[in-house]
Amino acid sequence: MADVTLTVDGKKVTAPAGTLLIEACKTVGIEVPSFCYYPNLSLQGACRMCLVKIEKMPKLQTACTTVISEGMIVTSDSEEIKQARKSMLEMLLGNHPLDCPVCDAGGECELQDMTFSYGAAESKFMEAKNHKDEQQWSPVVFFDRPRCILCYRCVRVCGEGMDVWALGVQNRGVSSIIAPNKEDHLECEECGMCIDICPVGALTSGAYRYKTRPWEMKHVGTICTHCGDGCKTTLGVRRADTGMEIVRGDNRDKSGTNGDFLCIKGRYAFDFANHEERLTQPLIRKEGKLTPATWEEAFQLIGKKFAEVRDRDGGSAIGVIGSTRTTNEESYLLSKFARMVLKTNNVDHHRTADFPAFAAALRGKADATASMADVFTAPAILLIGNDPTEQHPLLAWQIRNNVRLHRSRLYVINSQAIKLRRQATNFMQIPAGAEGKVAAFLAGDDAAADAIINSSSTKDQWNSLRDTLRGEQNLVIAFGSEILGSDLSSLVTFGSAIAGAKFVCLADYANSRGAADMGLYPDLLPGYHPISGSSEFHTEWGEIPQAAGLDLSGMVEAASTNKLKALYVVGSNPIGRLKIDSFAFSNSFVVVQDMFLTETAVVADVALPAANAYEKSGTFTNTCGDLQLVKKAGEVTGTKADFEMIVRIADAMGFDVRKLVPIGGGTHADMGQSRGAQSGEADRHAVWLEAHGLEPKLSPFDPMAILDEIQRLVPGYDVSRMNLLAGNSQHTSLAKAGPGVAHRPESISPANDTLFSSGTLGHYSRALKSVMESHEVKPAEVAAD
Amino acid sequence: MKFSEEFEARFAEMVPHYPTKRSALVPTLLYAQDEVGFLSDEVIAELAGRLDLTELEVRNVISYYSMLTTKPRGKFNLQVCTNISCLVRGGEEILQHCAKKLGVGHKGTTPDGLFTLEEVECIGACSWAPAAQVNYDFHENLTTEKMDRVLDKCLAQAQEQLQRIKSVDSLADTLSQRSEG
Repeated sequence: MADVTLTVDGKKVTAPAGTLLIEACKTVGIEVPSFCYYPNLSLQGACRMCLVKIEKMPKLQTACTTVISEGMIVTSDSEEIKQARKSMLEMLLGNHPLDCPVCDAGGECELQDMTFSYGAAESKFMEAKNHKDEQQWSPVVFFDRPRCILCYRCVRVCGEGMDVWALGVQNRGVSSIIAPNKEDHLECEECGMCIDICPVGALTSGAYRYKTRPWEMKHVGTICTHCGDGCKTTLGVRRADTGMEIVRGDNRDKSGTNGDFLCIKGRYAFDFANHEERLTQPLIRKEGKLTPATWEEAFQLIGKKFAEVRDRDGGSAIGVIGSTRTTNEESYLLSKFARMVLKTNNVDHHRTADFPAFAAALRGKADATASMADVFTAPAILLIGNDPTEQHPLLAWQIRNNVRLHRSRLYVINSQAIKLRRQATNFMQIPAGAEGKVAAFLAGDDAAADAIINSSSTKDQWNSLRDTLRGEQNLVIAFGSEILGSDLSSLVTFGSAIAGAKFVCLADYANSRGAADMGLYPDLLPGYHPISGSSEFHTEWGEIPQAAGLDLSGMVEAASTNKLKALYVVGSNPIGRLKIDSFAFSNSFVVVQDMFLTETAVVADVALPAANAYEKSGTFTNTCGDLQLVKKAGEVTGTKADFEMIVRIADAMGFDVRKLVPIGGGTHADMGQSRGAQSGEADRHAVWLEAHGLEPKLSPFDPMAILDEIQRLVPGYDVSRMNLLAGNSQHTSLAKAGPGVAHRPESISPANDTLFSSGTLGHYSRALKSVMESHEVKPAEVAAD
Repeated sequence: MKFSEEFEARFAEMVPHYPTKRSALVPTLLYAQDEVGFLSDEVIAELAGRLDLTELEVRNVISYYSMLTTKPRGKFNLQVCTNISCLVRGGEEILQHCAKKLGVGHKGTTPDGLFTLEEVECIGACSWAPAAQVNYDFHENLTTEKMDRVLDKCLAQAQEQLQRIKSVDSLADTLSQRSEG
């Protein structure tokens, strides 16, 4: 749109026509205060805080609802304006309890800030304040009515942003109140957006309320460890007896792709980290029982056993199961450790999407994958399978808001009437399991149409949908794990004929994509290079076994015939999640690294207490392929990062760890003293280096050293390191990936998580459990007889 | 839930007049209230379903408008205005008089279920203040005597109706006795 020039406080401002005055002021650094205005939500004009003087207009005008026009002359700060704002504050404080010293929002409250700015501490009102006790609306949402200033941000974000519409406004004028949809409680997606967006402390979170004050926490923006979308969550941490305790998760750092968005898991389900069942010391099975032991004892035992099996039965007698929640560096290191040190290709992980087929289909196609940010701006989106509202909440948010704000066209093809159909331009319901046929039909196989037609659609409708899609440009095609193997390549064939089309392959866990990209496969090295071929890894890693190894089911079978002598499980619970018999590995030497005694850890010979993704640094790749920095927030004494444990095991096996982790090539630094007044120097040095965007890389446990290698060797990961360190997401590309390998469709088993479940982690989250319980439909009472 | 044919005809006629379904909410609520007497949970659920709204949204609208109610009211809804014009012309006295006579306060309903008294904001009859409204009928230039006559008339109307019902009942009794005999 054409630009418009206006003057604000004597400054020339140029902005596109149609821009709101409040936004135009922001661009030149003039802050116009407001409560009810919130970018990307509908306009309210309720709080009257953004009043400004516009020449030739008789009264003060609201900057949040005024569209700029050519030659406008605006004053944003004058005695008259100050007085107006001060009076507004006096009104807002009329019923406000001023309980800032105990309020959760105290210290980060917009009303508090405004009152300080405009000095409306004195009030002319003599009336008694209306009081109403605090109400609990759901396990995670509390409402303190007298604190509410009726800005309606919560109502709008719940309705417009989330498409939940669980909040409303009851009554009128001074008796207006925010009301939940079920009279005294909420029935909603429990995302907590209303709490984060509340400018005051009226809506507070069950997880955090009255626990601490904002200034007592350190705020760390890191990546959520639950689903595969890669939202940035800000964790508030505080010193505790056991290290650093995570007390809050929210959206303070809005620099992530998710912007304002977080779902219940990113916001509240950090509590597994503080669960009392956390393992905090290594356990070794002695006389049939897992008994506490020292780290040294554990590493020596593992090192000895692994070396013994490798040298006696060969590497193929060892199995390795990696994780979908450890960092890229850890997955890469594990993949490298298995091949170089254990000499085995029996490497696998819990697969939830067919990334090898995806990489194969996109090979050589530049710019063919969409980033999470692209989903918000694409002019059209095709979604086949999956239910993003439940399984990919950020993706659903991006799609919904793209439709709402940019009028994007959404085409949904699903076997269920999923919630996103409400935003769809065109929703086609298909018989369950026919997603693959849809791909075939779209790719031109007219015979496949019979399998996708049901009572609600006709062949003509499908033909016209296909023609419409072919006519789109820059279409984003997102698909769930229903589409695998050859169906996936048909879909890519169809999409590649559309100019600018990009794909998103949906996988279920926080770093499922990373696990795949880093080669946690029996037949693939990092970057989808087949083990039997030749690649840089073959030369860099030296001698590695050439034959493809066993996948997970192969390992189970080998264990049953006593051929699998040892199993190394890192951050995974195959017995609990993949319906594997718990006696399957009884004759193997099993080592498990985990946070808890999961179904898999209880059968281990050695269980090592692991740190989770909130307690370490590294990178995650989300399901779209966006690479993001994971920062250490919490800490539980007695646990170690998987990275360190892998290196220590290699060391205990007598392997030169410098071949595993390329250290020493980075910045040189003074290690400092270990005693006296200057003790902890190295630590402080590391803090200084980090603060200046430099990396220590002095220790064999430094994941950044492996990130160097990943960026150097894994195709598509050569993104800007500076941007990554700055906290931005960096999109990786599959264009130069290896050829991939075709896998059996049965090797992929979707997590089938809902909004309130999260694999094994979910079992240890009180927040998720309490919400699930409150959402359960209670059976009607039946008479005792 | 069943509404009368008249309601259904009005509803069907009205909805297409608006660009979106939800716009028909307020008139629909008024018609429903006239028919049922108040907006019950059942009415709210039914109308929310018909207009693609959540029940919460329907409740929000009802609570905004003072003419819409979710609680049963008396047969005669007596609304006395006490805004400026009526106030200076004795509206307050009219209200007090009614309260005393009926023995109920603001938003109170008499035990026999005949009258509900309400103090309301301007009803747009300033030129003939003080004014009151009984259901949809206006009564203007009120004095306490005139108010009494209005109330008496309501009472008479109610009694007449009651009589009619009774006579129908007694007729039914006679008929049934006769058939038994």
